[in-house]
Amino acid sequence: MAEKPKLKVSFHDFTSCEGCQLQFLNCEDELLDILGHVEIVQFREAIDDKSDEYDIAFIEGAFTRESDRARLEHIRKCAKVVIAFGACACTGGLNVLKNYRGVKEAMRTVYGDQADWYETSVALPVEAAIKVDYKIHGCPVPKQEILEVVKSVVAGRTPRIPDYPVCVECKLKENACLFHKGQYCLGPIARAGCGAWCPSYGGRCYACRGLISDPNNNAAKDVLEEFGLTVEDIMQEFRLFNGVYDVAQPPDNAHVKSC
Amino acid sequence: MAKDLDINVHHLTRVEGHGNIVVRAADGTVEKCVLEIVETPRVFESMIEGLNWSDTSLLTCRICGICSVGHTLASIQATDNAFGTEITEASYVMRQIMCMAEQMQSHTLHVYFLAAPDAFDAPSVIPLAGSHPEVVKRALKLKKLANTICDVLCGRHIHPISLRPGGFTYLPSKRALVGLKQTILDCYEDIEATVETIASVADKFPGFEREREDISLTHPDEYAFYNGRIKSSKAGEIDTADYEQFIKEKCVKHSTSKHAYNVDESFAVGALARFNNNADQLNEQGKAAAEALGLTAPCYNPFANNFAQTVEIVHCYHEALKWLDKLIAMDLSEADVTPNVVPRAGRGIGVTEVPRGMLVHDYTYDDAGVCTQANCIIPTGMNLGNIDRDMQTYVPSVIDQRSQDEIAHDLEMMVRAYDPCISCSVHLLNVEWV
Ligand code: SF4
Ligand code: SF4
Ligand code: SF4
Repeated sequence: MAEKPKLKVSFHDFTSCEGCQLQFLNCEDELLDILGHVEIVQFREAIDDKSDEYDIAFIEGAFTRESDRARLEHIRKCAKVVIAFGACACTGGLNVLKNYRGVKEAMRTVYGDQADWYETSVALPVEAAIKVDYKIHGCPVPKQEILEVVKSVVAGRTPRIPDYPVCVECKLKENACLFHKGQYCLGPIARAGCGAWCPSYGGRCYACRGLISDPNNNAAKDVLEEFGLTVEDIMQEFRLFNGVYDVAQPPDNAHVKSC
Repeated sequence: MAKDLDINVHHLTRVEGHGNIVVRAADGTVEKCVLEIVETPRVFESMIEGLNWSDTSLLTCRICGICSVGHTLASIQATDNAFGTEITEASYVMRQIMCMAEQMQSHTLHVYFLAAPDAFDAPSVIPLAGSHPEVVKRALKLKKLANTICDVLCGRHIHPISLRPGGFTYLPSKRALVGLKQTILDCYEDIEATVETIASVADKFPGFEREREDISLTHPDEYAFYNGRIKSSKAGEIDTADYEQFIKEKCVKHSTSKHAYNVDESFAVGALARFNNNADQLNEQGKAAAEALGLTAPCYNPFANNFAQTVEIVHCYHEALKWLDKLIAMDLSEADVTPNVVPRAGRGIGVTEVPRGMLVHDYTYDDAGVCTQANCIIPTGMNLGNIDRDMQTYVPSVIDQRSQDEIAHDLEMMVRAYDPCISCSVHLLNVEWV
């Protein structure tokens, strides 16, 4: 039987820390196996080759300057499947924090009078420029989800991405709940899939993987009840990673838009 | 023969972040020769301001996915210093191990994945999997080792979880630590083999030298990584609190990252700078590796940074084992590492060595522990001026002997040897308000 041609995969980075690309390279045990099924044709961080022929494009990083729009549109045109890779690409990630400061002011803080030499604007998710087929959430993306998505796309099925709160995974791991220690945690409304990574190491969940859909109905109600909290209480903490959601809009919107 | 050159390497590959090499020469005279930094400005400092102390390191570790442990170490030292927090011996030892793992992880990635393909004449590590499978398997194994160390000690390597101001929010079990030691021991031969592999391709890196100023941390008792005083090969030593005396910065138009200077117009940081400043303090295995690679201090060949990184992989491997033995012998309970942080108003400076060189985080907090001012100085930013100057010296020296393509290739190798992390260098650095 003739061998199926390998799917061609490309990686592209925009405004990011490149941690999600590294997380892909961190799948050390699976990497050689993955390379048996797909061919990587563009990965600037690791290889010289550049090719515009690819089936699956992984896009890392937020969309933060107008001049990147054409590059994004080009990728969309070349690829059959576009995957927003990591929080920066899915929601703008923590780059969105600068939107609250006012972009001009942020640039002045860093570059002083020379701020005008360089181009930047508000940080937005990749979806603000082009259509995205799948999202791999997280900052960084969990390895297990990279593998699930790669396998699914290769097999032509829809990846299984959880839509229930981190608390569910946290309880399975039998972690002591941080609210018990008097700390805050976004677990009740944050999208699972990371294996309750942070609470398992004593850290609070700050919902780097974004929200579950319809938190009002799907939140971990038992945890909220136990500690006398409402969904709204928890949302206050939300801005660090999820500035693009309505609930976390900056107080002075006009200021941001004028930049 | 007088020659024209027009080199434009757009979006340089196998470096982190976006940069272009631009060279123009007419009639044998070099008119322009720079590394353009075209990465988007990320303006982290302005984002740090207004954050609570417990969030500052969560944000700043995201400056760079590859050095996120290093950024966290600098950040939490700055916060600890600002509040006068003392950490326990156990937390100190755990931080030291993470610091060693960070150098190993990043150097392995650089030496094997980003630099070695040049030496093997391959466009990337991927074709090497076919031609030199043992080399690629070893690279993956060593990279994984450093990840495993971080996974065990702080939850993950990219954006560590339990590594916090004042201590750790999680203590690995003794069983996990003993298991980790075995995993480290299992890589013993791979570390030796790394030196052999790099030594076998040593002659592929050009022999070019330009005298320079080296800046790094230095420590009375050890080859400095985690902390120490700041040493310049030309200006002596200063306390970390006075870092601005040695690191002066300016904006340049061709780069969204600022350039730095001190005694000379530019200076170097990174593995080779550390080696040049502190080679005597390498452990015995590190010294043996340097000898095998023919590396002696001071060495002014920028391509030799790859060798200095290899030496540090060996050194850090054995230091990590030493620190881990100490930790295992301690018999700890969670209370021995639990952070105990009481915020107060003040300024704190954290300086640490990350794989690419010295890193500075400087925060000012108000009495509620909210950050009111922040300054981070990234090693790649400090090296950029030096990279430009190396290229400007190199090109005229070979313009008559080598073709345009060969020169472009050499320059790519040279820039790559510095292991620039462009994504984390664009922003930051002190602003001179004029
Ligand atoms: S999502 Fe996080 S880890 Fe991934 S690129 Fe963005 S900042 Fe880095
Ligand atoms: S609130 Fe946080 S710590 Fe508590 S169960 Fe949910 S995820 Fe775990
Ligand atoms: S626990 Fe929360 S913050 Fe941590 S990785 Fe999971 S979703 Fe992200």
